[in-house]
Amino acid sequence: MKKKWLLAMLVFLLALSTALAGCGKSEETSGEKNNDQEKSAQSTLVYGRGGDSVSLDPAVVTDGESLKVTKNIFDTLLDYNDGDTSIQPALATEWEISPDGLTYTFKLRQGVKFHDGTDFNAEAVVFNFERWANGNADTFPYYGSMFGGYKNDESHVIKEVKAVDEYTVQFVLKRPQAPFLKNIAMTPFAIASPAAIEKYGDKFGENPVGTGPFVFKEWKRNERIVLEKNENYWLEGYPKLKQLIFVSIPDNSARLNALLKGEIDLMEDLNPADLKQIEGNKDFKIFKRPSMNVGYVGLTATRGPLKNKLVRQALNHAVDKQAIIDAFYAGQAEPAKNPLPPSIPGYNDEIQDYPFDLEKAKQLLAEAGYPNGFEMELWAMPVPRPYMPDGQKVAEAIQANFEKIGVKAKIVTYEWATYLDKAAKGEADAFLLGWTGDNGDADNFLYALLDKDSIGSNNYTYYSNDELHKILVEAQTISDENKRIELYKKAQEIIKEDAPWIPLVHSTPLLAGKANIEGFNPHPTGSDKFTKVEFK
Amino acid sequence: MFTYALRRILTVIPVLLGMSLIVFFMIRAIPGNPAQVILGQKATKEAVEALTHKLGLDQPWYIQYLKYLKGLLTGDLGESIRTGAAVSQEIWPYLAATLELSLAAMFIAVIIGVNAGIISAWFQNSWFDYVAMVLALIGVSMPIFWLGLMEQWIFAINLDLLPTSGREDVRNPIEPITHLYLIDTLIQGNTDQFIQVLQHLVLPSVALATIPMAIIARMTRSSMLEVMKSDYIRTARAKGLSMFWVVYKHSLKNAIIPVLTVIGLQMGLLLGGAILTETIFSWPGIGRYIYEAIGYRDYPVIQSGILIVATIFIFINLVVDLLYAAIDPRIKYN
Repeated sequence: MKKKWLLAMLVFLLALSTALAGCGKSEETSGEKNNDQEKSAQSTLVYGRGGDSVSLDPAVVTDGESLKVTKNIFDTLLDYNDGDTSIQPALATEWEISPDGLTYTFKLRQGVKFHDGTDFNAEAVVFNFERWANGNADTFPYYGSMFGGYKNDESHVIKEVKAVDEYTVQFVLKRPQAPFLKNIAMTPFAIASPAAIEKYGDKFGENPVGTGPFVFKEWKRNERIVLEKNENYWLEGYPKLKQLIFVSIPDNSARLNALLKGEIDLMEDLNPADLKQIEGNKDFKIFKRPSMNVGYVGLTATRGPLKNKLVRQALNHAVDKQAIIDAFYAGQAEPAKNPLPPSIPGYNDEIQDYPFDLEKAKQLLAEAGYPNGFEMELWAMPVPRPYMPDGQKVAEAIQANFEKIGVKAKIVTYEWATYLDKAAKGEADAFLLGWTGDNGDADNFLYALLDKDSIGSNNYTYYSNDELHKILVEAQTISDENKRIELYKKAQEIIKEDAPWIPLVHSTPLLAGKANIEGFNPHPTGSDKFTKVEFK
Repeated sequence: MFTYALRRILTVIPVLLGMSLIVFFMIRAIPGNPAQVILGQKATKEAVEALTHKLGLDQPWYIQYLKYLKGLLTGDLGESIRTGAAVSQEIWPYLAATLELSLAAMFIAVIIGVNAGIISAWFQNSWFDYVAMVLALIGVSMPIFWLGLMEQWIFAINLDLLPTSGREDVRNPIEPITHLYLIDTLIQGNTDQFIQVLQHLVLPSVALATIPMAIIARMTRSSMLEVMKSDYIRTARAKGLSMFWVVYKHSLKNAIIPVLTVIGLQMGLLLGGAILTETIFSWPGIGRYIYEAIGYRDYPVIQSGILIVATIFIFINLVVDLLYAAIDPRIKYN
């Protein structure tokens, strides 16, 4: 009897193991096949990133995940140089500024065609700017914030855009705007095919047509966006790649695994802690994105003890920035003393940071009337960002620092959309946040993040200073670059004194890719053009 | 049997109605005016009012609910705010991805879990029993996040056997027909891609299967142990029936009822709760679809997504209930 069961067991186990072995084998053979395919397909680059795009119409979005794709489908009149935010020609070959700074005349590149075969010309430029100017903050958010509003707004900077002849377009401004050329070069202001916009209407964001190095082919939401080489690209001999695929792999570690396995060729948002793993592997290399960001602790100036400037200064003295950088950024960051990163014109290097000094911090707290400290909330970002790879841990480190001067911080976190929503309403005491610049202009940091006009949008601290406001608005309207720099330096002095933030770091975002990738220079704005990228 | 089935199906209707009501109010309980949240802080008053009207939020709740119900009955699940596409059209590929994944996971969990439970009960207190139950305990308590990354590291990177993530090789994509890729590649007769899809399915479905597998194994074991002590089993053995048949036929049939309940519940949980697995393996399933919609405050998607997952849950339970009656003729509900 017993033998029969044993026999049955054996048969069952045998069947099971045969089946499993069979599976194993087929997996192995086709695994090899995949590798063969990869070797012959080195003209396709698969780029792994954390999220999906919202829309592929660059004018309607504000999220980086959309813009980094549209950057390759569309061109702008002017573009940024590789590696920094100085200006170079793109769809416009040359430009002229009138002495009063009110008229900009652009000569356009001739013979350029949109991907749908229609001509790129001055009319197309006028069409695009008219489209944006007739919109509102919901339809074309970036246009309003960079050009002071929309057609009928008093504050709108652009008076008119006209086609002088087929390849000359002229912008007339109501008042000078210093960063005008840098704004024109921003990815959201890419020139789209008027014919395609009319054809697709609301669906243009899923059927983008531009003049860029790559033509849109396919978008499977939450999975991938496939672009193909524009055979008629105006830059002779480019792009080098035949296909460019953006895939979404939300988890940073899983994305690294996909890179190591060869499923993707290039990845962004490498965890700083994984840096060593790539550096020790000859098949891969690290790409460092020049830093144009800031990670900070916002101190909401309308809440409890934080209303008092001395308290905010005391908290500034209490944070050990270098220790945080060593622990959580793998050294790939520098301590911040200004809201502005050092690469941006106008950065005030003469400012001395609040030194890490607990005695001084306690003294300031006592002076402010809190000799025994106080209790508050410290909000930790729930999502990793290059300027804040691990919000929870950074918050814990800061909490430990604060504890030493008697400030008991309770760490709080929310789902990301709720976090931003509540912080924008001024419901946080102290909170972690950061910002990556859009166009390399000081205005895009100081005015956007700390001016009283920006309360309710990106000024989450509710910090309001009229003197600062006057300076920032003046700096927007003058075109003398040296005078602007002076104004921004002064602005940073005021901000340092009022201490609405604890500026923490300017981090260097890390990317990792195959060692044979050439021609890839990560751009500080976070949107990369793949025109010159190739596999060697 | 037939009247029971009919009656049981009819009871689903009030449950569905109640559920739609709960989902409806849950979405509306989120603080703030959805129109304001959707448009953001900078929105003008007119824009907010216009959207409030467009979304029908300016009407009394019962009118809103009836309209919503009418939409549901006609298959209209609303439009996604983020993409502007009809949710009813948009949702299927995500649902298909999740179905494929959770069915594969459930397949693994049931085959291994039930058999491990049976053998453990059969050879109670043997080394197999101990090892299986310790493994089951580990399986229940293992964080999927960690397990998924370890799987990738061992089977994809070190052993180079399987892909790490996604449903397909992006360099050799599949032409979707039904969006159930195993079926699609079979229809197309493309064996290479069929194997490719299977390979992509292995790691995430094993990760997803661990917890239900462990629960099923433990449930099967305890249920089997109870049944195997009963008189009729002793009689069967005394008659000289082979132990294999006693266990797999006579005992299992009576022991399987509670196991079926667990399988049904676990299947439902997998459908909605696969989000961690879907994130680690970048699997474009319904969990991630709803999760991303929450980030964008895409109310119609959240509402319809929850509703669909909940409906499937209810139907799985219905099927399980009907199976009870089919398996065990003693179950009669009056």
